[in-house]
Amino acid sequence: MEHELIVNVLLTIATASTPLLIAAMGELVVERSGVLNLGVEGMMVIGAVCGFGGAALSGNPWVGVLAGISGGVLASLLFGVLTLSIATNQVATGLSLTLLGLGLSGLLGESFVGQAGVKLSAVDMGPLTEIPYVGRFLFGQDPIFYLSLLLVACVSWFLFRTRAGLVLRAVGDSHDSAHALGLSVVKIRYAAVAFGGACAGLAGAHLSLVYTTQWVENMTAGRGWIALALVVFASWRPWRVLAGAYLFGGVTIGQLHAQAFGVAVPSQLLSALPYLATIVVLVLISRNKRLTILNTPACLGRPFVPNR
Amino acid sequence: MKKSLLGLAALAMLSVGPAQAADKFKACFVYVGSKTDGGWTQAHDIGRMEVETALGETVETAFVENVAEGPDAERAIERFARSGCKMIFTTSFGFMDPTIKVAERFPDVLFEHATGYKNAANVTSYNSRFYEGRYILGQIAAKVSEKGVAGYIASFPIPEVVQGINAFVLGAQSVNPDFKLKVVWVNTWFDAGKEADAAKALADQGVDILTQHTDSTGPMQVAAERGIKAFGQASDMIAAGPETQLTAILDTWGPYYIKRIQAAMDGSWESTSTWDGLAEGILDMAPYTNMPDDVKAMAEATEAAIISGELKPFTGPIKKQDGSDWLADGEAADDGTLLGLGFFVEGVDGELPN
Repeated sequence: MEHELIVNVLLTIATASTPLLIAAMGELVVERSGVLNLGVEGMMVIGAVCGFGGAALSGNPWVGVLAGISGGVLASLLFGVLTLSIATNQVATGLSLTLLGLGLSGLLGESFVGQAGVKLSAVDMGPLTEIPYVGRFLFGQDPIFYLSLLLVACVSWFLFRTRAGLVLRAVGDSHDSAHALGLSVVKIRYAAVAFGGACAGLAGAHLSLVYTTQWVENMTAGRGWIALALVVFASWRPWRVLAGAYLFGGVTIGQLHAQAFGVAVPSQLLSALPYLATIVVLVLISRNKRLTILNTPACLGRPFVPNR
Repeated sequence: MKKSLLGLAALAMLSVGPAQAADKFKACFVYVGSKTDGGWTQAHDIGRMEVETALGETVETAFVENVAEGPDAERAIERFARSGCKMIFTTSFGFMDPTIKVAERFPDVLFEHATGYKNAANVTSYNSRFYEGRYILGQIAAKVSEKGVAGYIASFPIPEVVQGINAFVLGAQSVNPDFKLKVVWVNTWFDAGKEADAAKALADQGVDILTQHTDSTGPMQVAAERGIKAFGQASDMIAAGPETQLTAILDTWGPYYIKRIQAAMDGSWESTSTWDGLAEGILDMAPYTNMPDDVKAMAEATEAAIISGELKPFTGPIKKQDGSDWLADGEAADDGTLLGLGFFVEGVDGELPN
C-alpha cells in the first residue's frame, strides 16, 4: 500500500508539472530572444481545444498532439505579426492574445463539451516499470512526459552550447548590435515566438489528452500564468525551470494529500503553499544579483524597429 | 491567475447580447462559469433557455459568462442594470455583496441572487436545498462503499458547502455509523485539472467513492479510470462516467425562473427568500445507476420521505464535530442556522477552514 501510494503520488506530480514545464520552456526561449509574450495562457488553451478536437475527430491521439502544436504556432504567429512586423506593444498584444485564446477556444470547443476524449496512453517498458518506487515514474509514463525532459536538455544545450543559441541570446540582449552585425533580428524572433507557441500548444494538448481527457472551457485555469512566472523566478535558466515546475507540482499534489490525511493546517494556507514555496526557492537559488542581471535578456519586451 | 480572471471578465463583457426592442421584458443572467461547464452554470443556462421557450416573444434574455466573484462581478451586474435589464439573476454565492450594492443604485431593477442570505426591497434571494440530495448520496455511499470511506472534493468553506458535507455524513452514518469522510478543499469552483488531482489524491489514499462540490467533470473521469464510483454535481455527468456515476444532484432552475419573471411582468413580484428543495422540484436526482436494486430502493424511499416532509436531514440527535450537542432528539435545525452553518457535525475528518 505504502509503495503503491508513493508510486501514484510521483505519477500525479509528473502529470501536474509537465504542462507547466513545457509551456515555461517555450516562453524561456521566446524571452531569451528579447520578446515578452504574455499570451501563454491563450496559446495553451487553443492547444488544448485543438488537441482534443484533433484526437476526437481522427480517433488518433497523435493527430491531437500535432493539432495542438499547430494551434499554438498559429496563435503565436498572430502575435508575431503584430509585435515583430508592425512593432505593437508586446505586453498589450500578449494580454489580448490570452483573451482571444480563451474566447476562441470556447467557440471552437462548443461541440466538444461533454464528449469523451481520446487518451494518449502511457508507454510501457515492461520489466523496467517493476523497479520499486521509481519504475513507473521513469519508464511507464505518457510520451509527452519524456518529450518534456528531452525539451529541457535540448533547450539548455541549444542556448548555451551552440552558435545558433548564442545568436538567439545576442538578439535578446542587444537587438541593435545584432542588427549591426547583419543578423536578421525579426526572423530570429519569429522563430523563437513560433517555438514558444508550439510548446504552449503541446502543453495545452497534454491537458486535454493526458491530464484530463476532456474539453472544458478555460481548462488551463491559469497554468499559462504560472509558466510565465516560473521563467522569471528561474532567472531564464532551463534546469531551474525544471526544478521550479516540479516543485510547484510536487507541493500542489503534496498539499492535497496532506488534506486527505487530515493534517491540521488551514487549507487556504496549504493551497497557497505551491506559489509560496516555488517563489521562495527560486528566489533563493537566483539570489546572486550579478548572475541574475547577466541572465536577464536586456532587450526583453522592447520592440525592435530598424532605422534603416 | 488574477490577471486571467480580470481578462475573462473583460472578455465576458463583450459577449453580452445586442440591445433589444423596448417592449420586451429583459431578464439578464450573470454566470460564474461557462455555460457549457457540464455542471453548475450549465444548469442555470438550461433554466434561462426554458424561460425563452415558455414565455416566448414577451421576454428577452441575456447572459454574461465567466464573471469572477468579487469586484469584477459588480461591474458586470452594473453594466446589465444600465443596459436596460429589468431583472437580473446573479447565480453564485460570491455575487451576493456586489448584487446588494448595485441594487441600491438601481431601485427600479429587480435582482435575484442565488444561494446567498441578503435581501433588499428589490433583491430576492433564492436557493436550493442541495443538502437534501447530498443526504441521499451519503446513504448510497455507505451502502456501496466496500472500504467505508468516501472522499469529498470541496470548493470553499461557505455555509452551502458545509451543509452538503454535513448532510452527506449524516446520511452515510444513518446506514453505517462508522462511515468516514475525507474532505479536500481545492479553493476553486472550476479547475478540471486540480479537481482531478484532488480526486487522484483521495483515490490513492484508499477512498472508493468520490463526491464533489466543484463544477467540472474532472473527478468523475478520474473515478472512471480508477474503477471507483462517484456522484455527479449540478448536472447529470453520466457521459463522463457511464459505469461510474451512481446518481447526481440535478439543479432544475427553469420553473423557478419562469415563475419569477412572470411575476415581475405582472407586477406581482415581491422581495422574498425562497429556499426550495426536492419537494418543490428545484432539485432533482439523476437516475440511480450502477448500484444493486436494494440500494436503489433505499435511495428512492429516502427521496420520497424527503419530498413528503417526513424526513428532514438535519434532525437531532446531532452532535457537533467537537462532541458538543447541537440538536436534541427530534429537534430540526431552523433555516437561519443552516444558512449560516459554520461547523462540521461529528464524523467528519479534518478541520473546517475559517
